[in-house]
Amino acid sequence: MSSIGTGYDLSASQFSPDGRVFQVEYAQKAIENSGTVIGLRGKDGVVLAVEKLVTSKLYEPGANKRLFTIDKHIGMAVAGLISDARAVAEVARTEAANYRSQYKSSIPLKYLNERVSMYMHAYTLYSAVRPFGCSVILSTYTEEDGPEMYMIDPSGVSYGYFGCAVGKAKQAAKTEIEKLKLKDMSCQELVKEAARIIYLVHDELKDKQFELEMSWIGSQTSGVNQQVPANVHAEAEKDAKAAMEEDSDSETEDI
Amino acid sequence: MHYNSVIEEKLAVSTSIIACVFDGGVALGADSRTSSGVFITNRVADKLTKITDNIYCCRSGSAADTQAISDIVSYHLAFQKAETGEEPSVATAAAVFQELCYNHREQLTAGIIVAGYDKVKGGQVYNIPLGGMCVEKKCAMGGAGSTYVYGYMDSNFKENMTEQEVKKFILHLLALAMSRDGSSGGVVNICIIDGQGPPRKEFYIGDQIPKYGI
Repeated sequence: MSSIGTGYDLSASQFSPDGRVFQVEYAQKAIENSGTVIGLRGKDGVVLAVEKLVTSKLYEPGANKRLFTIDKHIGMAVAGLISDARAVAEVARTEAANYRSQYKSSIPLKYLNERVSMYMHAYTLYSAVRPFGCSVILSTYTEEDGPEMYMIDPSGVSYGYFGCAVGKAKQAAKTEIEKLKLKDMSCQELVKEAARIIYLVHDELKDKQFELEMSWIGSQTSGVNQQVPANVHAEAEKDAKAAMEEDSDSETEDI
Repeated sequence: MHYNSVIEEKLAVSTSIIACVFDGGVALGADSRTSSGVFITNRVADKLTKITDNIYCCRSGSAADTQAISDIVSYHLAFQKAETGEEPSVATAAAVFQELCYNHREQLTAGIIVAGYDKVKGGQVYNIPLGGMCVEKKCAMGGAGSTYVYGYMDSNFKENMTEQEVKKFILHLLALAMSRDGSSGGVVNICIIDGQGPPRKEFYIGDQIPKYGI
């Protein structure tokens, strides 16, 4: 790496001579080590799915969740350092709550995204702090504006997406997402695709255990962010596993 | 209240104000008297105050207090619009008014009716009387003069009136209030907000105001 030994990577407040901020790039590396997180925005809602890597069999199931509810109408999925992500979720929650108490209405996601982006960006400007080692996906559904989804980088850059992926296997996941006709798909269909993609991109050899976490928000949940109900979750997971079986069967036939 | 303290007395808009929803929007109405004790300091006051392009309020109580509150709310909503890029909702305007009126209820004399039009909920009226309560109504009145005309409002207000009907309703209601109430009078101001272009303000003067009573 061009940054090593040059001394330009010691602070988030210093540029390298070729115009880069290495501390921010290191933060992005931290995210690449984390389990894959995807977000799919369909015609009537958004589905978030997380491949939560479990590093020991001794942990209780359901610990260290990577899906958050920011306000009743906003969901968040995070990739990267979980403790950094919790701090970002806390900031987003405070921001949403303040908006609600000031204006007695729900914060628009476009605005929340701007605020959280600005906050994360501020941590790339000063020598006394380090950037957040996490990327977050924000989702919402409103009657007026339909489904919306944004993803924020450690640099504080954010974009609105139809489909996005971040984490270990983001490339593979993006390739899968691009095959979908997202604009025509309902949340019911998206949940199945999301589960399938997470199972597909999971690397059995490197990371043995993982938990699939999924949340959705859309017209079917009346614009309320929810964990995907246990029966729908189980069904999607079953189908995902079956698809994996089929895949490996056809591979052996080829040989 | 002594006559020699006229100048020091607080200017009060002891008033007759009304706002109600009609088919397509909201209508606001007010008399135009501002007095300091028995002295009429302004006989052509405008008590229908603009907050945003499509949200107005009717002011009653202390002129100074209600002007100051309106200015602060205008500022907050302009700020919200600049930050979010969206037109503030009437509910939000009412919430900001309420926050100020409630938090400073011991110091303020302000009875405000917020009315306006937004894309989400259409025409809405919120009444925020003295203590800082906020309640959404189809039709709300305020000010000293209103006490004389509750019966008129109850028997004549209908939902889904046309613009002509609602104007007539407000004009007659305020004429009645102004004829009974000593602290209401002058001209009748009416403002129509329906989201079709800017709000339309009209005033009725002299013979245009119906005569009631002896």
